[in-house]
Amino acid sequence: MDTLGYLAHGFAVAFTPTNLLWCLLGTTLGTAIGVLPGLGPALTIALLLPITYQVAPEASFILFAGIYYGAMYGGSTTSILLNTPGESATIVTALEGNRMARSGRGGAALATSAIGSFVAGTLGTLGVAFLAPIVVKFALAFGPAEYFSLMVLAFITVSAVLGSSSVRGLTSLFAGFVIGMIGVDLQTGQPRFTFGMGELLDGVDVIVVAVGLFAVGETLYMASRRYAGRDEIVPLKGSLYMTAAEWARSWKPWLRGAAIGFPIGAMPAGGAEIPTFLSYAIEKKLSKHKEEFGTVGAIEGVAGPEAANNASAAGVLVPMLTLGLPTSATAAIMLSAFQSYGINPGPLLLTTQANLVWGLIASLFIANVILVILNLPLIGLWVRLLKIPAPQLYAGILVFATVGTYGISQSPIDLVILYLLGAAGFLMRRFDFPTAPVIIGMILGPLAETQFRRAMTIANGDWTVFYRHPLSLTLLTLAFIGLAGPHIWAYVERRRLRGPEHVPGDA
Amino acid sequence: MLNRRRFLTTTAAAGAAGFAALHLTLAFAQDAPQIQIFVPAAPGGGWDQTARAIDQVLRSEKLISGSQITNVGGAGGTVGLPQFVNQWKGKGNSLMVAGMVMVGAIIANKAANNLTEVTPIARLTGEFEALVVPAASPFKTANDFVAALKEDPTKVPVAGGSAGGSDHILFGLIAKTVGVPAADLSYVPFAGGGEALSALLGNQVAAGISGYGEFSEQVKAGALRLLAISSDKRQEGIDAPTLKEAGIDVELFNWRGVFAPPGVSDDDKAAMIKLVETMAKSEAWATECKNRNWTQILLTGDDYAKFVAEDTARIGTILKDLGLA
Repeated sequence: MDTLGYLAHGFAVAFTPTNLLWCLLGTTLGTAIGVLPGLGPALTIALLLPITYQVAPEASFILFAGIYYGAMYGGSTTSILLNTPGESATIVTALEGNRMARSGRGGAALATSAIGSFVAGTLGTLGVAFLAPIVVKFALAFGPAEYFSLMVLAFITVSAVLGSSSVRGLTSLFAGFVIGMIGVDLQTGQPRFTFGMGELLDGVDVIVVAVGLFAVGETLYMASRRYAGRDEIVPLKGSLYMTAAEWARSWKPWLRGAAIGFPIGAMPAGGAEIPTFLSYAIEKKLSKHKEEFGTVGAIEGVAGPEAANNASAAGVLVPMLTLGLPTSATAAIMLSAFQSYGINPGPLLLTTQANLVWGLIASLFIANVILVILNLPLIGLWVRLLKIPAPQLYAGILVFATVGTYGISQSPIDLVILYLLGAAGFLMRRFDFPTAPVIIGMILGPLAETQFRRAMTIANGDWTVFYRHPLSLTLLTLAFIGLAGPHIWAYVERRRLRGPEHVPGDA
Repeated sequence: MLNRRRFLTTTAAAGAAGFAALHLTLAFAQDAPQIQIFVPAAPGGGWDQTARAIDQVLRSEKLISGSQITNVGGAGGTVGLPQFVNQWKGKGNSLMVAGMVMVGAIIANKAANNLTEVTPIARLTGEFEALVVPAASPFKTANDFVAALKEDPTKVPVAGGSAGGSDHILFGLIAKTVGVPAADLSYVPFAGGGEALSALLGNQVAAGISGYGEFSEQVKAGALRLLAISSDKRQEGIDAPTLKEAGIDVELFNWRGVFAPPGVSDDDKAAMIKLVETMAKSEAWATECKNRNWTQILLTGDDYAKFVAEDTARIGTILKDLGLA
């Protein structure tokens, strides 16, 4: 049987009434947990593992896949409306999405993220069905040296969110590095910056930091400005959904986001955050509306990253289904569900469990359709949230952020950290330090460090590995062009305008 | 009735997830005892799976009427342990799942509490480790690997789990046995089995050490070559020698077991040992273990206490050699 035959067979498995019902249940549950900060798909699926003792394998995997995709849709809602990211993959969405929501385009931001998720999720699932064997070969070629170079490339994103002052932006970035270093160092097993507190040994969750800096900090800032009459929230301006111009500005970022997200998601250490960073940086570079970034909110900055995170969610399934490699927490738990059925996930999974795997892939297509149908009508309801008067709305955000943070690990220490960071976020806003670089530093810093040290261990201290490996060299070159390119270009332009006879130093 | 029970299980689970509650209470008939299981790790990992398998078998064998599982994750169990020692003291119907990873974490993190403070009930399962190389590797046997290691350990990067974990400990033990200084080893820790596996499949490292279950399917598919396993004897259906047979006198099980809190009465302790022993000898438990590649290594009461003490000493020495304690 060829791929199309398998896929048709998969749809036959997925289209039974019970399996459709599981898919609907999964997507609904997934959307709900995506909305709640702190409750992610990995934890939810882990809690639902006992049902594997009760239902058929196909049904439980369809349920789990629905939860997984649903969480990617739901996570963006609170990012956009409340500046409170529900998942680490939707932190970037908050940057432009929340600006849009404040200037009356919240509906459009939600719509572009739902439709972009649908487009990218469908493209990604097509990728899983047809390209998996090729993509996985490419992904395995990535070793620690290549990952380090990819992180260097991702650091360019920082330049897109630095704000008006590079010194302030870089200060934020380095603060992020420090927060990221907290906890047991994976390479040596030694605790760093934990001050003898057991609760800090596993580090600080990035969601706690994002919610603290964005949501709590913002709330405190608003409270201090209550009577200054600034920063009014406009609930809705113009049409609820996207205008023709917004469609025109969205479709290219969707496709670019999908193209970035899928391969990086398929890499064993790629993850969902890096593609959102890269997509944001690229959209800002390419946008014709740069003035909207960071002010009224640019729709490209929502469309690209949202597409990227959904495509990367599909990418994660590639190594899981072709090699039995779990590359994210959610995939690892889904693999342990395979084991409770006595199925050993591995390179033979596609042939020995064709029914299950293709049923799962088919149900991903169905989940995408259900999710977009489920989410579009909800937008009208969500946008009404913004009509709540500011004091009540911000009080609600604070409650929501607190409950969500407690949900991550039921640890009171996390709440202390949340409010300390909230106070820091308030001061940063007050003194005009951008908060986004903190998050980027926190995610990328430790990843880059780990991969660098791994590369050094394997190469026995020989740092030429970074340019001896062709892939690594390519990535570093791209990073160099991204950083130095605009400056060189500007220099050349200036020289041309002033004329060739101009000599520096001439009066 | 059974269908309704299934329905209740499902709804209870869905409800629990929906409300972010980690407590899964399932109350059935009142004729058998209720127990509480404390898991010092997040849902989904090895200890959590052990707890849920125990819970499942105890209920299907009608040995208990209901149970509650509490997860307090973090730092190899050293975040949960103080809670179990202090807040669960004297609760005779409770069990904590723990294992070799916690022994290592207590030493490496210099934790305030240790396993001598809790009441040993039973060692239940173990996962033996495997030494593997990529299919294209020049190492055909464990001896080839050892020879290369003796020649220049820095040229043999080995992938495995986190620093100081069971994989790292086994690598240290192998090196010590064949006379290579542990401090010279080139060990590349990865956060999860998946990442280490992909480094092996991508030929990024010379060899890998992890639980056999992590590698078994890749070995069957011919993508990895199994050089040796760390069990006490040859395993049925696995075509590889033990480390001992290959001339490396090391045996290691990443064991998991259960403990009761401190301060439980002798009667409670005896009853709990009996309960767990009955469970561990049931057909349903054997099936669970087989599905999950767990080897049954039952050891109860005082023998278990003695084993934990010995293993703590052995792990302490090797972590010191590796520079982690």
